[in-house]
Amino acid sequence: MSTVILLFATGLGLGAIYFLVASGLSLIYGLMGVLNFAHGVFLSLGAFLGWEVAQMIGSNTWAGFATSLVVGALAGAVFAAVTERFIVQRLYNRHIEQVLVTVGLALAAVALFDGIWGTDPEFIRGPQWLAQTTNIAGASIPNDVFVTISAALAVLLSIVLFLKKTRFGMVIRAGVENRSMVMALGIDVRTAFTLVFTIGGAAAGLGGVLASHYFGYVSPLLGQTLLLYAFIVTVIGGLGSLLGAAIASVLVALMQQFANFYLDGTGDFAVVVLLALVLLTKPSGLLGRRQV
Amino acid sequence: MTTHDDQGSTAHSPAILTVAGLSAHINGQQVVEQVDLEVPATGVTALLGRNGVGKTSTIKAIMGLIERSGTVTLAGQETEGLPTYKVARLGVGYVPEDREVFAGLTVAENLKIAERAGGGHHYDLVYDLFPELYERADQAAGTLSGGQQQMVALARALLNDNKVLLVDEPTKGLAPRLVSDVTAALAKAAELVPVLLVEQNLTVVRDVAQGAVVLSGGRTVHTGGALALLRDPETTQRYLGVSTGGAANPKEADA
Repeated sequence: MSTVILLFATGLGLGAIYFLVASGLSLIYGLMGVLNFAHGVFLSLGAFLGWEVAQMIGSNTWAGFATSLVVGALAGAVFAAVTERFIVQRLYNRHIEQVLVTVGLALAAVALFDGIWGTDPEFIRGPQWLAQTTNIAGASIPNDVFVTISAALAVLLSIVLFLKKTRFGMVIRAGVENRSMVMALGIDVRTAFTLVFTIGGAAAGLGGVLASHYFGYVSPLLGQTLLLYAFIVTVIGGLGSLLGAAIASVLVALMQQFANFYLDGTGDFAVVVLLALVLLTKPSGLLGRRQV
Repeated sequence: MTTHDDQGSTAHSPAILTVAGLSAHINGQQVVEQVDLEVPATGVTALLGRNGVGKTSTIKAIMGLIERSGTVTLAGQETEGLPTYKVARLGVGYVPEDREVFAGLTVAENLKIAERAGGGHHYDLVYDLFPELYERADQAAGTLSGGQQQMVALARALLNDNKVLLVDEPTKGLAPRLVSDVTAALAKAAELVPVLLVEQNLTVVRDVAQGAVVLSGGRTVHTGGALALLRDPETTQRYLGVSTGGAANPKEADA
């Protein structure tokens, strides 16, 4: 029983990280039709800069950890906003070119991180408490899992509130449904594009710092590795659906954890099977709308 | 080969919207070849023609939603090269074919998102015309009936101070009772703002339109008064494919 609880808790933690990457990915695709292959490097940059700042302040202090979260999110947000404004926006509606340019940016950024921080993973640590465990019904749950889950829930809640309660949020929701009608109402939808990239980048950057604590290391390829699963999550959840991304994140991560433990390390295989099943039975994803 | 007839038209009031030599493409396919039309500053101008002659594409080209060339002048201002949102901000209200309401947004949100900065928002007018929208303010627009969605689409355009409305087949697929509701709303709207109306239902055209422009094969082939056109069996037969000789409802079968 305690094993099940442990797998469930760590699965939720992993799902939280997937969600932090997939939320932005899904919103960006939903609104702009852009598959952002550079999303993972927003995460890696957040993780690296977060770790640098944490070391300056003191990596085992709470102040260092808290600052690293803020810096990670900011780094991701700025990197994403600049990417949108100066690269993606210039290729407006040219989807093939947008995919190519984000792939290129991802390759270049990974190479740049290699140059700065080296290709080997750098093992990191946070405040003592994060590395300890809490006993829940006989299972020793690593404490960083709780932080990761809380952060993802906070991000989910903030994005939902933003989408529901603000005019920008309304424009984004409407734009995900029908971008040209939004423009025909006199709204410059490009502002919403930049905003969605910025929000997605911030979530990914925050996810980067949390992922580095969850896995215990940072590396230039951390983000792009997670991006693969985030894409799967986004497709299963339904492109453009935030809630779908949240549900699919948890589903994929739990499946991976349990299959890895009980079915001989076949977690990745199980995820691909799930992806195939969803694509065969409901190609628009769990909560996706049919493309018009 | 453009025919023109001035009988009963309002051609002498100055045009608010002038389209000249318009051509347009969708994915490299030419959908509008040579459209010339004028929308006078008052009343309803009907844009007519059989299915697939480029009526909707003409409207979309005016909005800048599809690639176009030629001149489109709104209240004296040339709109060439303007992105869609700037065309709309010049004072163009767009009511697209198939309504295109935001299904996941509530009725109130659908109106709120249509609010343009720098002008009043005529909620009193909109709720006066369509009281149902007030009652259903918190309902998701996707759950409305076709007629109610059409009201939302019209309301979005009527909310702002516009110089012209482009209304594309507002009665398409509606039950007869709703057709007359929408027609009444159109007539009332036209008292406030000039309308360019694409419409297949010629009864509606007869009830609300003064001017008429007929397209065929992506070109303007006839300009004149709406009533005069509908009384001319030869032209209507040739370009609209319907007989308007009798008083019967000449609505085309339109799935």
